[in-house]
Amino acid sequence: MKDFFLVDSRFSQQELPACKPMLTPGLVIMAFIFIGTIFIPIGLVSLFASESVVEIVDRYDKGCIPEKYGKHMVAFIQSKETNKTCLRTLTVPKLMKNPVYVYYQLDNFYQNHRRYVKSRNDKQLRSKAYASETSTCAPEATTANGSAIVPCGLIAWSLFNDTYGFSVKNKALEVSKKNIAWKSDQDSKFGSDVFPKNFQSGGLIGGAKLNSSKPLSEQEDLIVWMRTAALPTFRKLYGKIEVDLEANEKITVLIQNNYNTYGFEGKKKLVLSTTSWIGGKNDFLGIAYLTVGGLCLFLAINFVLVYVIHPRPLGDPSFLSWNRNPAGHCTYG
Amino acid sequence: MSPAGRIRGKLRWSNLYSFACFRPTVLESEGLHPLGGPGFSRVIYCNQPRVHQRKPLKYPTNYISTTKYNIITFLPKAIFEQFRRVANLYFLMAAILSLTPVAPFSAVSMIAPLAFVVGLSMAKEALEDWRRFMQDMKVNSRKIRLHKGNGTFGYKPWQKVRVGDIVKVEKDQFFPADLLLLSSSYEDGICYVETMNLDGETNLKVKRSLEVTLPLEEDAAFKDFTGIIRCEDPNPNLYTFVGNLEYDRQVYALDPSQILLRDSKLRNTAYVYGVVVFTGHDSKVMQNSTRSPSKRSRIERKMDYIIYFLFTLLVLISLISSIGFAVKTKYDMPNAWYLQPKNTTNLYDPSRPALSGIFHLVTALILYGYLIPISLYVSIEVVKVLQAMFINQDLHMYDEESGNPALARTSNLNEELGQVDTILSDKTGTLTCNQMDFLKCSIAGVSYGMRSSEVEIAAAKQMASDLDGENSEISGMPMHNSRIEDPWDNSGVGFAGSEIELETVVTSNDENEPKPMIKGFSFEDSRLMNGNWLKEPNTDIILLFFRILAICHTAIPEPNEETGSFNYEAESPDEGAFLLAAREFGFEFCRRTQMSVFIRERYSSGSPIEREFKVLNLLEFNSKRKRMSVIVKDEDGQILLLCKGADSIIFDRLAKNGRMFEEHTSRHLNEYGESGLRTLALAYKKLEEPEYTAWNSEFLKAKTTIGSDRDAMLERVSDMMEKDLILVGATAVEDKLQKGVPQCIDKLAQAGLKIWVLTGDKMETAINIGYACSLLRQGMKQISITTMNTDLLAQDAKKAVKENVLMQVTNASQMINLEKDPHAAFALVIDGKTLAYALEDDMKHLFLSLAVTCASVICCRVSPKQKALVTRLVKEGTGKTTLAIGDGANDVGMIQEADIGVGISGVEGMQAVMASDFAIAQFRFLERLLVVHGHWCYKRIAQMICYFFYKNIAFGLTLFYFEAYTGFSGQSVYDDWYMLLFNVLLTSLPVITLGVFEQDVSSEVCLQFPALYQQGPRNLFFDWYRIFGWMANGLYSSLIIFFLNINIFYDQAFRAGGQTSDMASVGATMFTCIIWAVNCQIALTMSHFTWIQHLFVWGSICTWYIFLVLYGLVSPIYSGNAFRILVEALAPAPIYWSVTLLVTIACNLPYLAHISFQRSFNPMDHHVIQEIKYYKKDVEDKHMWTRERSKARQETKIGFTARVDAKIRHLKGKLHKKYSSLGVQNVNTTS
Repeated sequence: MKDFFLVDSRFSQQELPACKPMLTPGLVIMAFIFIGTIFIPIGLVSLFASESVVEIVDRYDKGCIPEKYGKHMVAFIQSKETNKTCLRTLTVPKLMKNPVYVYYQLDNFYQNHRRYVKSRNDKQLRSKAYASETSTCAPEATTANGSAIVPCGLIAWSLFNDTYGFSVKNKALEVSKKNIAWKSDQDSKFGSDVFPKNFQSGGLIGGAKLNSSKPLSEQEDLIVWMRTAALPTFRKLYGKIEVDLEANEKITVLIQNNYNTYGFEGKKKLVLSTTSWIGGKNDFLGIAYLTVGGLCLFLAINFVLVYVIHPRPLGDPSFLSWNRNPAGHCTYG
Repeated sequence: MSPAGRIRGKLRWSNLYSFACFRPTVLESEGLHPLGGPGFSRVIYCNQPRVHQRKPLKYPTNYISTTKYNIITFLPKAIFEQFRRVANLYFLMAAILSLTPVAPFSAVSMIAPLAFVVGLSMAKEALEDWRRFMQDMKVNSRKIRLHKGNGTFGYKPWQKVRVGDIVKVEKDQFFPADLLLLSSSYEDGICYVETMNLDGETNLKVKRSLEVTLPLEEDAAFKDFTGIIRCEDPNPNLYTFVGNLEYDRQVYALDPSQILLRDSKLRNTAYVYGVVVFTGHDSKVMQNSTRSPSKRSRIERKMDYIIYFLFTLLVLISLISSIGFAVKTKYDMPNAWYLQPKNTTNLYDPSRPALSGIFHLVTALILYGYLIPISLYVSIEVVKVLQAMFINQDLHMYDEESGNPALARTSNLNEELGQVDTILSDKTGTLTCNQMDFLKCSIAGVSYGMRSSEVEIAAAKQMASDLDGENSEISGMPMHNSRIEDPWDNSGVGFAGSEIELETVVTSNDENEPKPMIKGFSFEDSRLMNGNWLKEPNTDIILLFFRILAICHTAIPEPNEETGSFNYEAESPDEGAFLLAAREFGFEFCRRTQMSVFIRERYSSGSPIEREFKVLNLLEFNSKRKRMSVIVKDEDGQILLLCKGADSIIFDRLAKNGRMFEEHTSRHLNEYGESGLRTLALAYKKLEEPEYTAWNSEFLKAKTTIGSDRDAMLERVSDMMEKDLILVGATAVEDKLQKGVPQCIDKLAQAGLKIWVLTGDKMETAINIGYACSLLRQGMKQISITTMNTDLLAQDAKKAVKENVLMQVTNASQMINLEKDPHAAFALVIDGKTLAYALEDDMKHLFLSLAVTCASVICCRVSPKQKALVTRLVKEGTGKTTLAIGDGANDVGMIQEADIGVGISGVEGMQAVMASDFAIAQFRFLERLLVVHGHWCYKRIAQMICYFFYKNIAFGLTLFYFEAYTGFSGQSVYDDWYMLLFNVLLTSLPVITLGVFEQDVSSEVCLQFPALYQQGPRNLFFDWYRIFGWMANGLYSSLIIFFLNINIFYDQAFRAGGQTSDMASVGATMFTCIIWAVNCQIALTMSHFTWIQHLFVWGSICTWYIFLVLYGLVSPIYSGNAFRILVEALAPAPIYWSVTLLVTIACNLPYLAHISFQRSFNPMDHHVIQEIKYYKKDVEDKHMWTRERSKARQETKIGFTARVDAKIRHLKGKLHKKYSSLGVQNVNTTS
């Protein structure tokens, strides 16, 4: 233990050059003002961007049920015989510049439930070689006779299957379903040699069926759906309308109302929205920025006021504890 | 057999010396040994080690091992140790459960951090154990000469030594095992042993062999030697040994004086032969070694409570979660067709919600485990090791003389150093050097010796400065009336002056004083030196004085080749100093034979004459007698009794005609005492032949008495002789204070620390040292608690003594209570005998409450055990942190008992250091150790732990909130890898830098403002207010992080390309916010940024982005939805960056506002000092800086500065009177 060799370096003696920032009142006030002056413009810009977004939201789950099924919505949706087409009319409030994004929004749908999230198999989706890999897909892993389902798992099984057809003034609006999924998903996660097999062929039919001649990498609806949402209320991209929609135009939507949200009292909404740089309509971000910025300015003003009323000279030794509270008083200043 | 080795061997000490007189030479019957317990079950065949290779005589080998583990036991034992920590056990359970489907995470993300954390701790254990192993190996492979058969000896390593072996130990070697001494280089088989390592005593002890084994004095003699030893079983009792030796068909009893203990050292003896009796772990010293208790710091103990609190919180939210889950499963899940509720396992069975709920409880307990910081323990350990490294590296605590740096032996008490309240210090070797300097003497009523003692020098300096202070007070009077009038204000001109004075004292003490030429001899007086004493009056008495110094001792001279003179092996350092003095005066003690002492006497410049003094008897020193005498016959045939002893004892024994110089001498003795010197009085008596012969026959009779009354008889006979003495003079020896001790004590006192001195020395010496260290001063009210001098041991006498002690304690307490002067200082001095009563259960609290009201406490004549008891009393009675500091084996108990044990390294025995938690080379380093390192470490660790809990709460609770949005299903929003890295990589390094490098103020400021230290003992940085404040901050941050993110990413597209967010992107964004928020938080917490802090804090944030990019590049098989998440999805989205900014600022805003507000309106001392330093006010306004420095101290009544204060108060009081009497009215200001 004696073989110590001591290093006389500024590091070993804990004397490295250091900057010692100090929260002087000036600095604090400056910091608050600085944050405020940065945040308020950001907030305003965000709000402005949010305001520029035009959005049409139409809830159609109830409206698309014929009246005689009003009390038996689940029966209606589960029946194979009922006619599930439904016609809705939307009014464009303001000019919607293309592209206009079409979303479906589901409510009270726990795509983030642990049982649901786990019920998929990335290997199987990616490559033909792993077609029989269904280890994590329970309870939608195999068909009754034991052959693997591709794509397996609850997520794929419950694929959203409402469809929308748009027309303006009796002229059909083209809805592009291309490039609605992430590029990387298409390229790397969903194999171009993987084709649906045994899908929705069991006793329980969940949602949409897949075209078994199209590889998974081209099934963009599935790819979008497989990106599970974080919250029980979520929107997913359905397609894009690549023409401008004029203000006050009436859009007729022909909905195939197939998806069962009635069982769990969920809502279905059709959303048409433009975007800005912050994405969709999002007032909260701007408001939050303004609030925090405002708070900072408020704090700054408070600090300024308090300093005017009750200044403390910096480095004033009379504030040292031995000067402040000895048994007596101190008049140094 | 070297003939040279036998030169001194002709001595037959036993014929002459009282070492033997206390022990009868006849064989003691076995009946004298009450053989309790194990009996003589151990049989040893001497010189037949082969017999001991088989059962049942197979004894342990001499291999010793102090390691905790070996290669086989390391894994199981070390793992067991690790999982004794509650938190680790919890994580182990979680890791095991993560292999089941219950777990919310993948198994690897649970097991990897645990393996990392446990692995790191175990690696540390392994390293420490390896060091111990290497140390053992060093000991085990020491070489010793061993009998190989046929009378030849050869070197073998210690570990090969077996029971029954004959070993030959040479001078200054350690004994490899417990040996039975057979013979030595001395003819009568004695040898000298130093037991420093066993009991810390530096004096030599004499061991002697049995008469029968004396002929075994050379190698060849062991050719045919055999014998059988039957003795007690191995036991830890150092001072007993029971057994017998069967040799030549005779049985001889053995006793402890034939046993040479392992780890003691052979001194002054060329060689000894011995039989190995106990080896390895059977040896007494190994049996005695206790593993030092593991100590935990106060902060760590408190941290446990926080962990329990967090566990409670964890269980609580897990319960909420599982109840929520059960409810959801029962009512909502049957409707959620997409979950196939009819086709489920037990984990999600809507028909059995209770069962699913219970399963979910386990899931939730694992999921929210992030509330408990898994890496906390390991981070703290890493931090402490690094802190310890800095302590070890500190050059200001490096002792150049001995080459010893400070050594933090256990790193887990670093922060405790910052919270010390009471220091319990040993005196000898700790405060003092244990080096005696002959400084003055008084001969025939004349005091000699010009040089001043340290105490005198310090006092003189102090007086001078006080005088200055007084002058400036008076001159400043007209201008500064109010200042002087205000009794509370001690910041006047005089004070500033005094502080400067104090510093000059410090330097002058160290440097200006010329070093004495000879170590141990600082006497300076031309009247006595160089033979000039012949010109003094009373030459005959001076001659006698010198002779007493040279003859009356038990030392042995050793020729020193280098100087040509002699070194002396003396029992006590005082004796050594006397002999040195005698040598310098011209009375060189040069030879000792069994009959005589030879003195080379040199008068003036002539050549020396060697004189022989026949030593007839030697009456030993012991603590009860407090004196020693020799009876010698000089060359003229005159028989003389020469005696030296404690002054009080000698004065009692003077003859009527021997009191000529009593008055002067006792005055001198008082003066010496006041100067902090150790004094002894010397006396003699002339004896007539018949008188002596009569007495000697009595003495011999007493000596040969068998039985318990032998000691008493001897004492009585000695007493008869040692009376009617004639006083010659007195000696004064300085027990030198270690360098910087008074200054260090002064600073420590200013830092608000209480200092107790526990010493084995006698009361007078202790008090002198107390004065020298400024623990005591004139004007302090000294409370001395002693017992009546009673030798009665009867039960009622004990009771009476106890009542007396109780009365003294109560009276003293009352006196203190009645004291009205706030500046009155009390000092408590108590001796060991009294302490024994005071420490009894019914009195100790009363005693303690008295002791804590006294400014200084000095306990003298205390045993090692009492030291430990006092320490325990203070520790448990006051509930505050105690620090014990000592250097010897007698301090080990105290060092182990105290919250922190500090050993003084560099002394020969390592016992104290081995038992200590910190080792420093000099007492004065204690100041830096506590005031700088302690202060820093305390703050660092406190802040670090608070931050740790903050960050884990901030992170862990977001998981909980998210649960509410997933139907409490146990899904986490973050990728498993994010969570794994959170504690291990992304937030651990900044907090470690906080723990290692943070400095609120620089080390100079710490030393200049000792009052800053009180932040530790007052625990300002780890109180519940602060802890819960941090937790609340964590709660707030978690809410902000979660709800801002959720609201912003609610349902809308987050990209201009219309894409909506999924769980992966929300998770990654939220996690980005957490990383930014907690790292910015730690940046706000730090006040000291070197490049290291910058690197780690900002580097952690960068690491997160780098990780995210890299993770996104890994095949989606592993990265899942995080595949290319940053590059493709998040980075191009402005909202991702703006959320990060928003959340980071929002999270830290309240904290920033809080600390700014606190700083502005309720600044703590270090804040103000930081500001002063920041604005360089200390350079611009030097006066203010000096003034504040002098005021920056706790109100204390001990130390130099307190002395000065008292003096100033005294002067002010006088001045006030003077001015009032002059009728000066304007003095009276009442504002």
